[in-house]
Amino acid sequence: MNSPAESSPLTGRFIGLGSAMRAHGIRVGPSEVTDAARVAATLGFEHRERLRSGIAAAMVRRAEDRGTFDQLFDIFFPAAVGTRTTTEGIDGATLLDELADALAAGDDAALERLAAASVELLGRVDPDRPDRGWSAARTLDALNPQRAVAAAHQQVRATQEGAGGEGNAAASGSGGMAPAAGSGDTSWATNPWDRPSVRPEQLSDRFDRDELRRRVDRFRDRVTAETRRRNAELHDRERLARLAVPSSLRRRDFISSGERQLAELEREIDPLARKLAARLTARERAGRGSIDIRRTLRASMSTGGVPVKPAYRHRAPHRPDLVLLADLSGSVGGFSTFTMLLMQALRQHFRRVRVFGFVSSTAEITDVVRELPAGTSLTSWALGTPALIRRGTSSSYGWALRTFVRGHLDAITARTTVLILGDARNNFGDPGVADLEQIRDRARHLAWLNPEPRLLWYQGDSEVRRYANIVPMHECRNLEQLRHFVADTLPT
Amino acid sequence: MLRVSNAPIAPAFDSVEAVSGALQRTGYLPSEEISTTVYLAAALGRPILVEGPAGVGKTALASAVAGALDRRLVRLQCYEGVDEARALYEWNHAKQLLRITAEQGAEWDELRSDIFGEEFLLARPLLTAVRSEAPVVLLVDEIDKADEEMEGLLLELLSEFQVTIPELGTLRARHRPLVLLTSNATRELSEALRRRCLFLHIDYPSAELEQRIVQSHVPELPDALAASVVRLVGALRDLELRKAPSVAETVDWAGTLLSLGTAELDPETVRRTLGVVLKHTGDIELAHRKLDLDRELAG
Repeated sequence: MNSPAESSPLTGRFIGLGSAMRAHGIRVGPSEVTDAARVAATLGFEHRERLRSGIAAAMVRRAEDRGTFDQLFDIFFPAAVGTRTTTEGIDGATLLDELADALAAGDDAALERLAAASVELLGRVDPDRPDRGWSAARTLDALNPQRAVAAAHQQVRATQEGAGGEGNAAASGSGGMAPAAGSGDTSWATNPWDRPSVRPEQLSDRFDRDELRRRVDRFRDRVTAETRRRNAELHDRERLARLAVPSSLRRRDFISSGERQLAELEREIDPLARKLAARLTARERAGRGSIDIRRTLRASMSTGGVPVKPAYRHRAPHRPDLVLLADLSGSVGGFSTFTMLLMQALRQHFRRVRVFGFVSSTAEITDVVRELPAGTSLTSWALGTPALIRRGTSSSYGWALRTFVRGHLDAITARTTVLILGDARNNFGDPGVADLEQIRDRARHLAWLNPEPRLLWYQGDSEVRRYANIVPMHECRNLEQLRHFVADTLPT
Repeated sequence: MLRVSNAPIAPAFDSVEAVSGALQRTGYLPSEEISTTVYLAAALGRPILVEGPAGVGKTALASAVAGALDRRLVRLQCYEGVDEARALYEWNHAKQLLRITAEQGAEWDELRSDIFGEEFLLARPLLTAVRSEAPVVLLVDEIDKADEEMEGLLLELLSEFQVTIPELGTLRARHRPLVLLTSNATRELSEALRRRCLFLHIDYPSAELEQRIVQSHVPELPDALAASVVRLVGALRDLELRKAPSVAETVDWAGTLLSLGTAELDPETVRRTLGVVLKHTGDIELAHRKLDLDRELAG
């Protein structure tokens, strides 16, 4: 009913899933779709989660695409049809209480049931028009599951105090269980609070609250999944797959990455920084050095003076230095969190990293970058720091390059790689082309990462046209582009 | 679909449950996802590409699969600069020279057919896997460390399961080996290689599974303490550490606590033993701060 391709419903389902994944930028070819169908034929359809893992193994090639795949899988292979919930005896007030209970107990089945019930009770986009579908945001706004955390936490505490007297005896009572038998009753493991605590406060109490928060986050995900499942029945599946599933982190703009993605982003950037360092180091080792006559002759002794195996002169591995020149002005404000993450990640992998920041004049900020917590936005700090705003608070690349060349050119040596991060928006001032050329001539490599969409590069006060003649300029708005830069386009 | 004509895929497992049971008997506790992928790999005759953070048991999975199938594990450890001679085969030059010297005055044609025989061939892991009489499990460990040329070599092997040695001709695998490749993602693997494989990302196990893993490795540890250790490690993984603790480190920590005779986790013990799970000073400091280890427990 959903797509014209569904003459054979199941085949259509796989093809639909494949093209939805493609629409989200995941490379899926016909062979993956065929594989997925073969997997389904092998596994059967009884176990949905098993099918999910199997199809993921055949269609997903990268761990970071798995989140997107899971959501699309929910749309194309929904868990159930219809409401599948009885909401009898549950209204808005008891919902929250039950949620607190389920959170405290870590009861996944109850949480799943409550997520479905919440959507049923609170999630209609328009109560008078059922065809308008369901909204996760509406459900979560009305329910506000965060409110259950405090109550759940108290419950956890109460359980522990109540059971405190029994002490260790009860805890060790279940000891000695063979690991193989563990699959029988494992409720104690998912539900650690059922165990009596020996003392009023245990060390683990200190992260109880964090654990509850994570459970709330998972509950939110469940609500979102449930609305998606219900909407899949009402709306066109392909359209839903396109609109209701966020793209994976790799293709999300750095600027729109919120607090929540920051940690993820950091985890992704760190290995890239390591690769960058490795690439710059490895380059020098490529190719053999000249023949070392002394060592060759020495080695030829063992073969009767015939130089069978020539010995090559070893080159000392090249240790690259890095200079980062980062625009910290307001126009790249959203980007500056990423800049900071990249700077901090690079700092750990290069022998020597010097970081310079500028708005309208340049100053060294290596120490600032070192001391600030990960991912802090530097924009407001920069706009209040006199050394960076000698020529006003709007960005001036011309002045920034000039002050860099005048004051810090000795930071660049023949082994230095210079990375410039910025949007090249010069507010119609002198672009300082000569200064940039001077930097290029001195440095080993020079590259420019531009956070603006390529479409906007040649418009307004952007000086990309002039700078790009001197520096290879790369669009770098998301992780994929950064990865591409590190892996493929790094200048030689 | 490329098939090795004379090497049918043996139905190694009946079901996903059978995989899970067989792996558990070798002492490896698989998640549902792992069992499913191993089952599919055996049923469809595809290699598995295993990715995941260090120390979650990627290599251990290969030995467990070998154990579960009662097959020999052939392991190719990749490193930077590993080449055909190290991975596939090499002629034993020294032995050939000896043979030539021993046969002084022999005719060249005769000698040539002689010194390029199987006797003078040094089989490296890939050739070993192809030539094996009994089916094997082939582990290509840390493929990301090897150069890209190595991937090309593997691609050929993984699709045909045959090796051509100019002097000897083409050797064809009698049995299709079950192949596992592991990667720590230090280098992007080529699309072509990724496509050939089933992809399995092993992440840190769930708290329940990790506790069972700890208990199977350190059975003497009291359940309550094992639960606390697993929960604390889980909390540490949620901090933004440079190097999150691996499963191996959880087990190490559990072992340390046991040998110290610890009855329960208190801040003092944690502070003293945190070095077992965290390997960077910065990480240890962060954990101290976040877990508030310097404040004594109230009670």
